Amino acid sequence: MSALAISPTRLARGRHDPAFRALATQLIVLAMLAGTVAFLAMNLAGNLEARSIRTGFGFLWQAAGFEIGQSLIAYGPSASFGRALLVGLLNTLVVASLGIVLSTLAGFVVGIASLSRNPLVSPLARLYVELIRNTPLLLQLYLWYAVLTQMLPAASAAPQLLPGVYLAKSGLHFPVLQHGAWLIPAAGLAGLIAWAGHGVWARRRAAQTGAPAKLWPGLLLLLLPLVAVALERAVSASFDMPHLTRFGFSGGGMITPELTALLIGLSLYNAAFVGEILRGGILSVGRGQLEAAAALGLSRGQTLRLVVIPQAMKVAVPPLASQYLNLAKNTSLAIAIGYPDLMSIGNTIINQTGQAVEVIAILMSLYLTLSLAISTFMNWYNARVALQGAS
Amino acid sequence: MRISFRSGLAAAALAVAAAVSAPAEAGPTLDAVRKRGEVVCGVSTGIGGFSIADSSGRWTGLTTDFCRAVSAAVLGDAAKEKFVPLSPQQRFTALQSGEIDMLTTVATWTLTRDASLGLLYAGVYFYDGQGFLVPKSLGLKSALELDGASICTATGTTSELNLADYFRANGKKFTPVVFEAQNEARAAFFSGRCQAFSADMSYLSSVRASDAPNPDEWQILPEMISKEPLGPVVARNDLDWYTAVKWVMMALIEAEEKGITAANVDQMKDSQNPEIKRLLGTAGDMGQRLGLDPAWAYRAIKRVGNYGEIFERNVGPKTSLRMQRGANALWTQGGLMYAMPTR
Repeated sequence: MSALAISPTRLARGRHDPAFRALATQLIVLAMLAGTVAFLAMNLAGNLEARSIRTGFGFLWQAAGFEIGQSLIAYGPSASFGRALLVGLLNTLVVASLGIVLSTLAGFVVGIASLSRNPLVSPLARLYVELIRNTPLLLQLYLWYAVLTQMLPAASAAPQLLPGVYLAKSGLHFPVLQHGAWLIPAAGLAGLIAWAGHGVWARRRAAQTGAPAKLWPGLLLLLLPLVAVALERAVSASFDMPHLTRFGFSGGGMITPELTALLIGLSLYNAAFVGEILRGGILSVGRGQLEAAAALGLSRGQTLRLVVIPQAMKVAVPPLASQYLNLAKNTSLAIAIGYPDLMSIGNTIINQTGQAVEVIAILMSLYLTLSLAISTFMNWYNARVALQGAS
Repeated sequence: MRISFRSGLAAAALAVAAAVSAPAEAGPTLDAVRKRGEVVCGVSTGIGGFSIADSSGRWTGLTTDFCRAVSAAVLGDAAKEKFVPLSPQQRFTALQSGEIDMLTTVATWTLTRDASLGLLYAGVYFYDGQGFLVPKSLGLKSALELDGASICTATGTTSELNLADYFRANGKKFTPVVFEAQNEARAAFFSGRCQAFSADMSYLSSVRASDAPNPDEWQILPEMISKEPLGPVVARNDLDWYTAVKWVMMALIEAEEKGITAANVDQMKDSQNPEIKRLLGTAGDMGQRLGLDPAWAYRAIKRVGNYGEIFERNVGPKTSLRMQRGANALWTQGGLMYAMPTR
C-alpha cells in the first residue's frame, strides 16, 4: 500500500475525527452558500431575460439626458450616467463630511454643557438632547426646509449681508473669484502644513523644556497664507458677483437651501447623540483623576483639556464611529427635500434606464466604501488615543 | 365517434341561438360585470376634475364619468358602479389580478404598458402633456422665457428627462430642484423656492384650483413639452369587454360631433339622420354587434352627456380647473378627438 493512500482505519474513523468533521461542516456550509448565491443570480438573470430587461453596466457610458441642480464638477445633460453618479457621490461626500465636522463641534458643546454646574445651561442641554433624540430625523429635515424656504425673503427683497453676499429663498449667494481660484486651497494646504510642522516642533520643545506649548502661533501659521492670498486677490483679481435677474440671482457662487437644511438637520440631530456619547465618556473618567489634577494645581480648563477629554475619548471613540456611520447613511434622506445626493440621482437613473439591479448594486457598493473609509479612519484614531491612554 | 341526428340538431340549434343572443357568449369580464350588476373601476386617489370624492363620498371627475358611461351602456337602466381608489404603484396590478374591471385613471398610454403588462388601452379620453405652472407676477408668455429659472419637479418616469430635453433643444438653461413626491415639489414651489413647477397639465390645473393660495395669481404656460395621452385600460383576457369600452368612448365623441347632448338625446331619437339613427339604436344592429342592446349609446349619453359636456362639466373653462379644449377638441375644431364611423 502506498503512503499516499488513506488507511481504512482512518477513513472509518473519519466521521468521528473532530478536525475532519469541522472541516467537512465548513465545506458543506460554504458549498450551500455558494449554491444559494449562484441559484439567486441565475434566477435573477433568467427573469430579467424573460422580461427582456436590459442588463449589464454599458448604460454608465450613455448620455444621462437629465439636469442636476448642484454639481461640483462640470456636468450637463449630455454627460454620461457614470458622471451623474459621480456628481451625486460628491454631493453626498460634501454633506457627510461637513455634517460630521459640524455635528462633532456642536456635540462637544452639548456634551460639556449637559455636565455644567450652571443651573440654566445643564437643563437646557438635556432638553435639547431629549427633544432632538426622540423625534424622527425626516420630520426635522422637513421642518428645517420649510423654515428656510418659508421664512427667507424672495430674491428681489434679499438683504445684503456683506458686499455681494445675499440671503434669499433661493439660497446664500456670494461672489467667487473669476480666475486664480486654485490659490485658495493651495494657501489652505500650505497653512495646514505649517501648522502641523509647528505642532511637532512645539511638542518636542515642550518635552525638552517643560514649558506648555502655546496655541496661538500655530493658529497664526494656519491662517496667515489664507489671509495673504485673500488680500492679494481682493486687490488684483476680479470677482464674479451675484446680480439680480428676472428669476432671482445669477452669477457668483451659491449654497442652496436644500444643502443648508440638510446640513442643519443632520448636524443638530447627530449632535444630540455625539453629546450623549461624550457625556458618557467624560463621566467614565474616575473621580481620582480629577482630584489628582486639582492636587497638581491645574485649572478647570486645563483639567478638562489635558486630563478629562483624552481619557474620555478613549471610551467615546468606538460609539462615535458608529454615529458617524449613521450620519453618512442618513444623508440618503436628502431626496425628501430635493437635494441631489447619490440616492436621489440613483433613483432618477433607475427611472431612466430601468436597470434597478445594477444601479442599486452600485449605490450599495459606494455607500459601503464610504462607511468602510469612515470606520477605517475611526479605527486608526481609536488605536492612537488608546495607545496614548495606555502609555 | 357517432353523433345521433337529434343531438347534432340540438347542438346546431344551440349554436345558432348563442350566435343570435350575443350576451350569452360574452367574454369573462363582460359576463362577470353583468352577473354582478356593477362595474368596478379603479380611479386615482384624488385629482380634482379627473377623479375625486366630494364631501358626501360621491366620486366626480372626467375619468369617473367615463366609467359611468360604460356602466350605463353595458348594464342598462339599473347601472351601478363601484370606484376603487388606487395609487400609481397599485393600479396595474389591481387590473391584472381582476380586482377591478377597468382602470379609469390618469395613466399615460405608452408602448411598454400597452404591450408588456397584459393590458390594453381602449382609447384616449384626455390628451395631456407636461407643462409649467408659474406665478402671474413674473409676466411670462412662453416657457422659452424661463431661461435661468429654478424649476421644481418630482422624480418620475420621464419628467426630468423631458425638462432637460426641452431646455437643451432650445438652448436655454435651468436649475432643477427634484423631489421624491409631487406634493413635496408642489409645497416647495408654493413657498417660493422655484419660479416654475413642472408636471402634467391636468395635474397643474388641479393643483392651481385646489392647492394654490389664490388661483388667480398663477398661470399655466401654453407650451406642452411631452405627450401624455390618458385613457381607459382593461385586461387582455376579454376582447368583447375591450371592444365595448372602446366603442363607448367613440360614441361619446360621435355624439358631440352630431350635436347629441344629455338634454336633447330623447328628441334626437326621432332624427332622420341615418348616422344618428344607427348610433342611438333606432336603426341597424350596432348594439348587437358589440354584444350589447340597441340603446347602449343612448343610455351612456343620457347619463353623462357627450364628450364635450363631460369635459366642460369637470375640467372646462367654467370649472375651477379652467382648462381649454386644446388637443381635446373635436377633430373638426382643430383637436384630436375623432370617432371611427358607427356603421
